[in-house]
Amino acid sequence: MSVLEAVKQESATVASDPVVAAHLPRLGMSAPLFEAVTTHGKIRLEDFRGGWVVLFSHPADFTPVCTTEFLAFAQIAPELHKRNTELLGLSIDSTSSHIAWVRNIKEKFGVDIPFPIIADSNKQVATLYGMIMPGESTTETSRCVFIIDPAGVLRAMIYYPLTTGRNTDEILRVIDALQTTDKHRVATPANWHAGDKVIVPPPATMEEVDARLNAGYECTDWYFCKKAV
Amino acid sequence: MACIGSQGELTESARRMLAALAPPATPEDVAAHTGLPLFRVRAGLREMAEAELVQAQDGRYAATERGLSFLSR
Repeated sequence: MSVLEAVKQESATVASDPVVAAHLPRLGMSAPLFEAVTTHGKIRLEDFRGGWVVLFSHPADFTPVCTTEFLAFAQIAPELHKRNTELLGLSIDSTSSHIAWVRNIKEKFGVDIPFPIIADSNKQVATLYGMIMPGESTTETSRCVFIIDPAGVLRAMIYYPLTTGRNTDEILRVIDALQTTDKHRVATPANWHAGDKVIVPPPATMEEVDARLNAGYECTDWYFCKKAV
Repeated sequence: MACIGSQGELTESARRMLAALAPPATPEDVAAHTGLPLFRVRAGLREMAEAELVQAQDGRYAATERGLSFLSR
């Protein structure tokens, strides 16, 4: 058996293991709680309660793709703050490594990294959230994004491989979509951006069908209606 | 946030938080007063409570004698 086949077999075993699968985070469930050492001191997930959190992992400090991502996350931090959202980074590097890297980014790129970074040396948080993908690496966290709402509920998860830097505009877009959904009880269509029309949830009864056709929505058919918010 | 530095002095953020506790205040009050993010205030006040620099009562935090003595250094 080749190394590649062995890795694939191990990955398939982990993925199909009901015990492992049962412990991985799920959308709509409470985000797993933790206390972790960060570049801003010891922080608990509950410390963010009442606001939104973007918890994201990166493979390693002092690597080029991760550096471009940190620059991009720092750039959207002010926009996230306008949305009552905080960033929280994570890798299995040490606090000293994180601090040295943050200082290096400031020195080489002139950019402050304003958010805390978890030093998950014992992989406690990475394991809780399934951030390590054995098929990619057993020693690094993949590029995972967990969006957690003010009640501590996991609302979105996005996973990127080690080789692909994230699109931070997409993360902002998802935050906008989730907050719009919560505020107006609507859904958002493909490629939606803030300001676009939203989807009115489909009716469940004939009475609702009749009501919505007279509600002033922009309807293509009884199940497909949009409105401005 | 590490409220006490390597030389045994209050860190700048800890000093700002302690100074914002007269009268006793909630973490939200302290965040508004200091401009620090709420998560940092919650973590910092918890750490300062463990170091007996502040004490909590009914959701409000007040500086202890020990906290005030650190603040005056």
